[in-house]
This record gives sequence, C-alpha cells and structure tokens, in this order.
Amino acid sequence: MPNPAGPHPAGNGAAVPAVQHLVVRYAKRGKMRFASHRDVARAFERGVRRAGLPIAYSAGFTPHPKISYAGGAPTGVASEAEYLSLALTARQNETQVCGQLNAALPDGIDVIDVTEAGAGGSSSAGSGSASSGGFGHLEASAWRMVLPGVTPEEARRAVAGFLARAEAPVERLTDKGVRRLDARAAVVELTVIDEAGFDGCAILRMVVLHTAPAVRSEDIVTALREQDGIAPSSPPMITRLAQGQRAQLTGQALPAGEGVS
Amino acid sequence: MPVESVYPALEPLLPSVRKPIQYVGGEVGSVVKDWDAADVRWALCYPDAYEVGLPNQGIQILYEVLNERDGVLAERTYTVWPDLEALMREHGVPQFTLEAHRPVAAFDVLGFSFAAELGYTNMLTVLDLAGIPLLASERADCHPLVIGGGHAAFNPEPVADFLDGVVLGDGEQAVLAITDVIREWKREGCPGGRDGLLLRLSTIAYIPRFYDVSYHADGKISKTVPNRQGVPATVSKHTLMDLDAWPYPRKPVVPVAETVHERFSVEIFRGCTRGCRFCQAGMITRPVRERSITTIGSMVANGVAASGFDEVGLLSLSSADHSEINEIAVDLADCYEGSNIGLSLPSTRVDAFNVTLADELSRNGRRSGLTFAPEGGSERLRQVINKMVTEEDLIRTVTTAYASGWRQVKLYFMCGLPTETDEDVLAIAQLARKVIAAGREAAGRRDIRCTVSIGGFVPKPHTPFQWAAQCTPEVVDARLRALGGALRADRGTAKSIGYRYHGGQDGIIEGLLSRGDRRVGRVILAAWRDGARFDGWSEHFSFERWQQAAEQALAEEPVDLAWYTARERDYSEVLPWDHLDAGLDRDWLWQDWQDSIAPEGAAEVEDCRWTPCYECGACSAMGTEIQVGPTGERLDGRRLLPVVGGR
Repeated sequence: MPNPAGPHPAGNGAAVPAVQHLVVRYAKRGKMRFASHRDVARAFERGVRRAGLPIAYSAGFTPHPKISYAGGAPTGVASEAEYLSLALTARQNETQVCGQLNAALPDGIDVIDVTEAGAGGSSSAGSGSASSGGFGHLEASAWRMVLPGVTPEEARRAVAGFLARAEAPVERLTDKGVRRLDARAAVVELTVIDEAGFDGCAILRMVVLHTAPAVRSEDIVTALREQDGIAPSSPPMITRLAQGQRAQLTGQALPAGEGVS
Repeated sequence: MPVESVYPALEPLLPSVRKPIQYVGGEVGSVVKDWDAADVRWALCYPDAYEVGLPNQGIQILYEVLNERDGVLAERTYTVWPDLEALMREHGVPQFTLEAHRPVAAFDVLGFSFAAELGYTNMLTVLDLAGIPLLASERADCHPLVIGGGHAAFNPEPVADFLDGVVLGDGEQAVLAITDVIREWKREGCPGGRDGLLLRLSTIAYIPRFYDVSYHADGKISKTVPNRQGVPATVSKHTLMDLDAWPYPRKPVVPVAETVHERFSVEIFRGCTRGCRFCQAGMITRPVRERSITTIGSMVANGVAASGFDEVGLLSLSSADHSEINEIAVDLADCYEGSNIGLSLPSTRVDAFNVTLADELSRNGRRSGLTFAPEGGSERLRQVINKMVTEEDLIRTVTTAYASGWRQVKLYFMCGLPTETDEDVLAIAQLARKVIAAGREAAGRRDIRCTVSIGGFVPKPHTPFQWAAQCTPEVVDARLRALGGALRADRGTAKSIGYRYHGGQDGIIEGLLSRGDRRVGRVILAAWRDGARFDGWSEHFSFERWQQAAEQALAEEPVDLAWYTARERDYSEVLPWDHLDAGLDRDWLWQDWQDSIAPEGAAEVEDCRWTPCYECGACSAMGTEIQVGPTGERLDGRRLLPVVGGR
C-alpha cells in the first residue's frame, strides 16, 4: 500500500519501460538438478545483476526484476529445456546475453539459447507472448528416465501394462496433504529405449502433457512401481529433454517403437 | 595421495532429503583447488545448517584469506540436517566438504567457528560423521587437527576435550600463522607427531591438553596450569590492526539455496567500546578499528558486482558509531540511487540520528520496520548495564522514525539482568504504551505498531557480569508473564503492541555452556548421545534432555546445572577462562561489576573513543590502539545529513 509519508513511490528502475523481451532456454544439469524452482529464480536474479543486464523492474515499494518463468522441472529433476523470459530496458544482442549469463550463473544452470520473444526463432518456445510471461504453447514435455536396478525386460513389461490401462490412479504427498491423480491420462507416449551404459538399467522416454493438476514423472514411476511391478533400487534419474507442442515431441523415440500417439 | 569425492555415494540420498541444494556446492564464488598441489588443507565448518552458516562473515573471510595463498586449500562444510544424517549413517557416507565433496577426515585441519555455544552438539555430529574421534585425546597422527575459534571460543573449556586447539580473537593472521607452522612441520617429516605439532602451535593457539585443571573439594577450580615446558601460562587473543589492509570478503560465495541473510555485508569497523556490561562482543573485540570510507566504498562496489546481491549490509557492533557514517550513508545512497540496490544498517542504537541514517539508506526502498535495543525497561536498570538511553531519547527516536514513514518499531529487551526487579520489567509496558502514543501523534495515524521482544539474560565470560548469578527460569518466566499481562491490559494500545519472548529455560543451557568448565564437556557429550542436535533451533532444542544429561554426567561431582548458572561468583574464585586473555584487566572488570551494582546507583563508563582511556587493558596488554577516522575522504556526494540527536 502506498505510504504518503514514505520515500518516493515506485522506487527506481520501475519507471523505465521494457523495450525487449528475451526468451531464455536453459538447462539444469549435474548437481544443479537439486535446485528448486525458487533456487533457480534466485540464481537468475543474481546472475542477471552480475552480468550487468539492463533488466526492467516492477513498480511498487519492493521492485522485483521482471523475469517470468515457465513451469520448472521439480527439485531433483535435471532438464535440458527450461524457459524464462527477461524484460530489458535497452536492446541487447541475444548471443551476447547468452554468453554474459553463462559467465555469471553457477555451473549447471546453463543457458542454451536466447531468442527474442515473438521473433519466431529456432527455439520451440520462440512463439507466444513472452512479454506477458505466457508460455501457453509449452503444452507437453519429453522426459528421459533412468531406472536403477530395473532391467529393460522388466521395464518393457511394466510399460506395456501401464499403456494398456485406462487409468492409473496414484497418490502424492504434497505440502497440502495427499493428492490423488491419474498418471495415465497425461501420458501420450512411453517407451523403453535401448541405450548402453548405466549398468544395464532400463531407460524410459516419455511425452507427458502439462495438465492441471500436473502429472509429474515421479507420479508415473509410482504407478509403474505400484501397479506394474518395477522396483528401482534408488530414486530414478529424470531429465526433461524438451518442451513444446505435443505434435513436436511425439514420435521421436524410434528404437523401441512402442509409443502411442 | 588422491582423495576421492563422496558425491557418487551422496547423490542417491539427496532426492529423499529436504532442500538438497544445500549439500551440492557449486556456488558462484566457491573455489575448487587441486588437492595434490596444496600442502596445507583446511576444512572450515560453521556448526549449523547451511542456511545459517553460509552468510557467516568469519568463515567467508578465512575461506578467502586461505584460498588466496598458493599451496593452501580451504573448503567449507556445515552440519547436515537429521534427515540426511540418518541416511549418511545408514549408507556409510562421511561428512563432506561442499567444494569437491571430499571427506573431512582427509584434511590437515578442521576449523570450527563458534558464534554461539548452542552449536557445540552440531560440532560433535560433524566430527562423528567425519569419522574423527570425538575426544582429542583419542586422535592419532592421521586425523585432522580440530581447531575452534569465534566469540564463544573465548571460553572453550566446555569443549576443551573435543578440540586440539583454540584461536582467540581475529582469525585472519592466525590461520596463516597456523598454516605456516603445519607446512613447516610436514616438510620436516612431522617431528614429534601430533604432540610435536601442537607444541609448535601453542604460542599461536590455546592447546587445552597442555593445561591441567585442578578443583577444590567444593567443586570450584583450584588452578589451571601448563603441564609441560614451553607452554605459556596464559594465552592471548589475536587482534588484527589496519582493517583497510584486509578488505575481505572480496569474492563472496553466493548461495543458490535460500539463507538467513540474503545480502552482501561489509564490516565497517570491528570492536565496540560503548561499554555495555552484558555484551561479550563489545568486551572481547576491543579496541575499535575502523575501515576507511574509501575502503568501504570500494568493498561495496566490488562485492555487489561480484555477488549480484541486491542488498548491502553495513556491519559492525554499532554501525552508526563510525566516525564518518554520515558521509558513508549519503555517498552510498547517492552511488546506488536508481539501482535497486538496498542498503541497511543491521545494528542501530537508540538515537534519532540513527533514524536519519536509516532514512537515507532506505531512500529508494520501503520503510517497514526499525529495530532498537534499549535492553532494560527502566532507566535505573539501563544504568546498571551501562546502556545510557533515557526515556526521552527513546521517545524522540521512535517519534522521528514514525514521523518519517516507518510503520513498525521493534524494541529488544533482556529479562533477568543483575539487580532487576519485577518493576523494571513492567516498566517495559509503560514504555511501549508511550511509544505507541508518541508514534500515533507523530505519524498522524493509528495503524503504527511496536513489537516488544525479550529474552532471558545470559552472563558471559570476559564481561563485568561474568561473576553474576543468572536469573532462574522460574523468575524470568514469571516476569515475562506479568509483562505480557501488562501489555494486554491497556485496551487503547494492546492491539498495536506485539509481544515476543524466549522463555527462561532457553537461556539456562546457554548459560551452562557459556560459563562452564571442562566438566561440562561430559554433559555436552551425554546430551549429544541422547540425540541433541541443532540446539539453537527451538523446534529441536529440549531443555529436559539437557537437564537429564547434566544430572547424569555431573552425578559424581559436587556441582550441578544451578551451580554453573544461578550462582554468583566472588572475586577470589578462579574462573574457567582466567588463563585466557581477552586483553581486559581482571581488576577493571571486577571494579566495573562492583560499580554496576553499587547501592547508590550504577556508575557510568564512557566510550574511550571520545573520552580519555580508562585502562580496560585491551590496548596496553595487546599492544594495540584505537584506529578511527575521520579521513576527510568522500565517495561521490558532497551533502551531509542534519544531525538530530547527536552523540
């Protein structure tokens, strides 16, 4: 609330309007997969200041840098396709911003590319109105999941069982209590991919719609474990590979060829 | 010999714990050096959770000072929360550092910074998870030296059994001196083993095992004396002079995780000579040594650029006392106008000029709350503690604050101060009501607030109150209840006054650990074995556990919990820390204690920065001197603030 006796309202940078919106695709890799959405936001706010970018600020008594985030990968989940948009008060070269951010961010929070919002660039997030923080076109994600202690054979059986199911109700413990979800409804593609390494562990690739409430990859693991009999020996290693429109993401996992789309 | 990272073993545990980011390192500003290229390796530990330990200035400074040297490596480690501790025990993962996830046991030195006594059990967790024997006497040559420092270490006797060495005072030069001794000793082929190294260190640090403590039949200490040749009878603190030559932090570690202080802090001076008799920090850090305005300006500029923090704290024990604080505030506010960088003075005195300073520093931001610490409710009691604040000062100060747009004022008090009566504490309620009345008038509105925050007073070593009896929890709790009732009683102001307090029991264990002797080490060990962790956190602290541990561990002794806390000491009693020299003359402290409780009213001690030296001993004993400005330099601005209250 404005305070008549207080200092000049609207702080400083707030008066300067944004002239450019940049969409940043970044990765959460290695140890930084354990950063939460808020941790990543903190790192970017400081990174942007360290990089000296002319970030716009919101109005009001506690001005915040204008950075909007597309829904982030959960804590513990790595990603090659996170998105945010930056509102800048002076035009910048995208390639330079990419380099400046990478020099200023912790290793593992790595900027992959920077495109101007609405310019229709190479990024799958390049369309849409980033100026309003809209990432509505990000309707699905492709995920890769390593299941420690699960053989590809076991995984194939479980996946077939899962896909044959009409619904896969699971429960997840959240801060607000136990939440019930249908893990099956959001899955548009789920395959076991053949890939060497990881001690012969099964690796899944899946395309999951961004539904509300969100079905997380861990919910799908829960369903596979409780209903289809797999038993990972330790928490799965999950990576978001891509985000975008459903049609762009499906049908890419050719090797096992069991996908439904 | 290469040391392997424990990360592959740790990683599978992290998805199951809260806030795993605090355990992975990788922060901007953290330094990973080549293990084999270093000949002296330090693990620095703040024995609390990462979120509390990371912002600690002491660790940050030593981390940089050590890592700047060739051949020296320093990494950080913090106490893991019980959820990860359980998993690490189950899976055999040892205590690790954050930089390269190296096992702590592989380092040459493990240094603990004790800001507070309640971190002692966390130290035991760290040692145990590291696989280092808890008792110094059981460690072999292959184990790291375990060294303690920080304010609480000025009486290290309760943890003497767990520490190989203790550094008193400023750490910057001491850690380098210790490093040199270790390097030399290793180069010579480790002559004399662990004992030989400790003997060499005994002029830099206090080595508890080289001193024997004997007791009288009544439980009091008879004497503490060296048990071998070449060890000094008393060990002195280190005092860093010329802070401008040590402008740290330069490359702050910037956390990805959330921490308790999200800002870049610059210590604008060290030491305080206000002479508040309860304040250990103000006694053990003498004399005052200022950083110059130009060094402060460049540290702020550099720190903001290097960290990306959006808030700068101007740190010290009483920041408005800097000889050029007016210039610093105006010039920094000018420099950062329009930048969305916030400036703050974390410690402000009850003084209207402090409000003017806070106004200036918050030029661009929101004026939410200001905090002042009158400490005592009545003027008489404030004289006893030498906190010379009149009611008039306080009212003028808060009036200035409310009039310039601050909506909330927090007032800090202590309960259980020497000579305190029920009336002294009830006077806080009258004061709070006057604050609200004055505030409503000054602000011209009724929605201003005042919060009264109060906790039990804990007497600390090396202060004039080191001889005082600590008030019992029963008395403290009764007074806190009465105060709560009095604050609620006036319907006209009750809703504008908030009340926060720490109960009497909370301070009793802190009191035991603050003024305890070596026998208290057994209590700490028993409490830790019974599960004591994170005792500084009210949700983890259990008074009953500590009470039981004290009963058990001291069963064979003529002393108990009350003996350590509720008992007044006399002049002739040997105090557990008498062989540790903080520079303060014992007779000066005693006289100041007597002056404070004199029946005719307490005598005032003035500040030696603006009155003649009163021979507290700090400068003469340590060969130091007051180092203050003004320098006459400016940063950018040329404007000065009107001085309202004055000193």
